[in-house]
Amino acid sequence: MKQFVEKMKGKSAYAYLIPCFLVFAVFLFYPFVKTIYLSLYKTDKLGQAKLFVGLENYTDLLTSESFYNSLFVTLLFVVIVVVGSMLIGLIGAVLCSKAFPGIRVFSTSYALPMAIASSGAAMIFKIILNPTIGILNKLTGLDINWIADPKYALICVAVLTAWLNSGINFLYFSAGLGNIDESIYERASVDGATGIQKFFRLTLPGLSPIMFYTLVVNIIQAFQSFGQIKILTSGGPGESTNVIVYSIYRDAFFNYKFGSAAAQSVVLFLIIMALTLVMFKVEKKGVKY
Amino acid sequence: MAAFDHSITMEQGNYDQEEVAKLHSLMNTRALRKKRIRKGVLVGLNIVFALFMLFPLLYSVSVSVMPSEELFTMDMNLLPSNPTFDNYVRAFTQVPLVRFILNSFLVAGCITLGQIITCSLAAFAFSFLEFKGKNVLFMLVMATMMVPGEAVIISNYLTVSSMNLLDTYIVLILPSLTSAMGIFLFRQFYMTFPISLYESARLDGCGNLRFIIKILIPLTKSAIGAMAVYTFINAWNMYMWPLLVTGSEEMRTVQIGISMLNSVDAQSITLMMAGVVAIILPSMVIFIVGQKQLISGMFQGAVKG
Repeated sequence: MKQFVEKMKGKSAYAYLIPCFLVFAVFLFYPFVKTIYLSLYKTDKLGQAKLFVGLENYTDLLTSESFYNSLFVTLLFVVIVVVGSMLIGLIGAVLCSKAFPGIRVFSTSYALPMAIASSGAAMIFKIILNPTIGILNKLTGLDINWIADPKYALICVAVLTAWLNSGINFLYFSAGLGNIDESIYERASVDGATGIQKFFRLTLPGLSPIMFYTLVVNIIQAFQSFGQIKILTSGGPGESTNVIVYSIYRDAFFNYKFGSAAAQSVVLFLIIMALTLVMFKVEKKGVKY
Repeated sequence: MAAFDHSITMEQGNYDQEEVAKLHSLMNTRALRKKRIRKGVLVGLNIVFALFMLFPLLYSVSVSVMPSEELFTMDMNLLPSNPTFDNYVRAFTQVPLVRFILNSFLVAGCITLGQIITCSLAAFAFSFLEFKGKNVLFMLVMATMMVPGEAVIISNYLTVSSMNLLDTYIVLILPSLTSAMGIFLFRQFYMTFPISLYESARLDGCGNLRFIIKILIPLTKSAIGAMAVYTFINAWNMYMWPLLVTGSEEMRTVQIGISMLNSVDAQSITLMMAGVVAIILPSMVIFIVGQKQLISGMFQGAVKG
């Protein structure tokens, strides 16, 4: 009897894992396998796998101009978003690195985009960017149809996304700056270093441990942007903002090509997995620039 | 050079205390002025940058109190000349905004509570208990971070539609009831407690569940706070999943409900902005109130790991 109780206690550990693994199993592991399965099939309009086609969905993708366009657009989008959001976060963090009256208000406003929904932000930008009544054209005196022009549409959604993602970068960089030893700045001042020299020689290298992590997190986050693109441009004009996540959504829910959408999902997963593995590998080695 | 040195020592002799003090205070005021100028420049730069960062939000508030004929002009109209709350009144009466807000509060609240429960249970097992396959299972949890939600969203949609769950609260809540991030964060905190804390509680006859509720949860309030703020905001701002699984107006969350206004006639733009401001406000307030908690929880866990 006592043995039985002991045995039960050993087993009871699994009971604590059941709730989370149940959710993971139904909404992550199972759909993950199913996505791979679907990517090997042609489906009907309800998403039922009908005809096994092997890798045809993938070879179709690799010969489709639209897919290459979508990869290219995604890449461009990610680059603009990551550079923009890290730059904004860094400027905010540097501006708030020394105490001054009212610092709480400013640091809150720099972190605030974290709390803003992509859909709400997209609707605000839609009005700001409106060609006739939009405040951007009025303030700059330009006459540009920002969202309807394939030249500018991608930049617009990317800038909006950069703004949305900058809040968390501000927090990362502020934490990073807080870890830099103040005394090195004093010593540099004594040696006659200018502010710009101090920034490039001391601040940036001091941030390098957190820089790489922030970079990868930002890239992954940018890849997953959806709401702002759906609301602001719907992938258009043409296919100029048809990033891969939007393309998955469009293929599945407008074109009912669930097989092709599943194949694109697998590609998206492979990209994110590769980035995550790189991050873990480099983090283990320790980054030093 | 030598003569110069000499003159100084000569002069030093001539200084009386008063003059030295004067010089001292002069240098002090100079240094102070320099410091003040620097502070002033810093504050100035911050004001410029903050205005730039907050511009979309400030402008949306301005439009939300603008009569719509003021918006539709070619003139500069940063601020309304006749501010009105009419747009808010219309937004709350013509659109079931209250229903959307209640839906979102319910969904985000359940997700937050659910994640805290499932994640703390799992993190407890991973930090205090010994069992077969512990490392493999933990690796499996961590590996889920590599799967972007967008990559499995189609299969999830097909699953819930085959289960006839579309357009229910359950379908909005269920898939988000756990998170690898949460398990990781809580485990990081639990690992800082000595295992003897658990062992002595066990010796005193404290069961596992009681240990979690009476000891672990009170000790990790800051982690729970951070997690709650983060999860609630993310759940409140969810867009793609609710867009796919809700159909009827009664089930829409705030983000979907408001973006549906997007397509209606141009006259209701100001109404729409009032709605946008009304739904951004709750997540903003929660962020501002919980900010300190969030930051300390986020980085305490990260640093100790």
